[in-house]
Amino acid sequence: MKRTGIQRDVLALYRLCLREARKKPSDARENFRNFARDEFRAHLDIKKKDFATIEHLLRVGQKKLETYSQPGIKNIFR
Amino acid sequence: MSASILSRTALRASSSVVRPTAVRTLASVATSQSAPAEKKANIKKFEIYRWNPDTPEKKPFMQTYELDLNQTGPMVLDALIRLKNEVDPTLTFRRSCREGICGSCAMNIQGSNTLACLCRIDTSSSAPVKIYPLPHTYIVKDLVPDLTQFYKQYKSIKPYLQRKTATEDGKENRQSIADRKKLDGLYECILCACCATSCPSYWWNSSDYLGPAVLLQSYRWIADSRDEFKAERKMALENEMSLYRCHTIMNCAKTCPKGLNPGQAIANVNPLTSPYL
Repeated sequence: MKRTGIQRDVLALYRLCLREARKKPSDARENFRNFARDEFRAHLDIKKKDFATIEHLLRVGQKKLETYSQPGIKNIFR
Repeated sequence: MSASILSRTALRASSSVVRPTAVRTLASVATSQSAPAEKKANIKKFEIYRWNPDTPEKKPFMQTYELDLNQTGPMVLDALIRLKNEVDPTLTFRRSCREGICGSCAMNIQGSNTLACLCRIDTSSSAPVKIYPLPHTYIVKDLVPDLTQFYKQYKSIKPYLQRKTATEDGKENRQSIADRKKLDGLYECILCACCATSCPSYWWNSSDYLGPAVLLQSYRWIADSRDEFKAERKMALENEMSLYRCHTIMNCAKTCPKGLNPGQAIANVNPLTSPYL
């Protein structure tokens, strides 16, 4: 399937989130993974062509990833 | 019993949101003092950019508010604070000193970047006052721009005194009065980002071009007689993007709310045009 640029950006961010989750302590990995999944699933209903919103969410996501991937953050609960 | 009282007060509070009530504010000096009854209301419209990150799929829009100028301070920030306190508490903007020294309330008012606390409400016409966030910035909410990139660039020029040698008496880095005078017009910059976000060159190259504010700060340290890393500072700017994207458009000098001239500082930093380097 041919993907558009923005689709690839979203998938790349999701992939990065999962990879960062694997670097966390083993008992917390599941929590980080679920957190990332929930963050993405929360916006599943956004229209495919609503680029402004998707780009905004991508920026927010990158910022969150930067924060949560710091080694000082050992676990995540919601 | 107590629950019913609570719910009743909550109801009353929500019904009074619609109309401005006379509450004294702390942040601004002369708002909301009840005007003499005979004075006719001087209504001014404010059109303010609104966008809420909690509902990102809703597009930004302009919201119109009305205020009686007789009960409002003279500056745009006074009006904004009054709007937030008495009309719409969801209106979001940054403010701190309300006297033009912190640079928090930088926004685009009537088409030009300025500090809301230093900008008078235009009383000469009946046209609404239009207020937008700083142009070409990512928006955090309403009038609050995301200045992360701007601060990262400021950090990249190492905005602090760097020395290779110790001072003679081991205490202070002394400076002659003449040397200190060279910093006038540079040290006053409050990093409000008005100039950077008014520069078309910065709009198109904000990731690489440092922009007027940061280059002015860079020159502030190159011009400082006490700094001993001038060569390194100049070397750091020697690439295509950091400095040479300035095309002397001079929007920076025109818009600076502190009356500084970043364009001149950039010319002084540029070895091709500088009379000092």
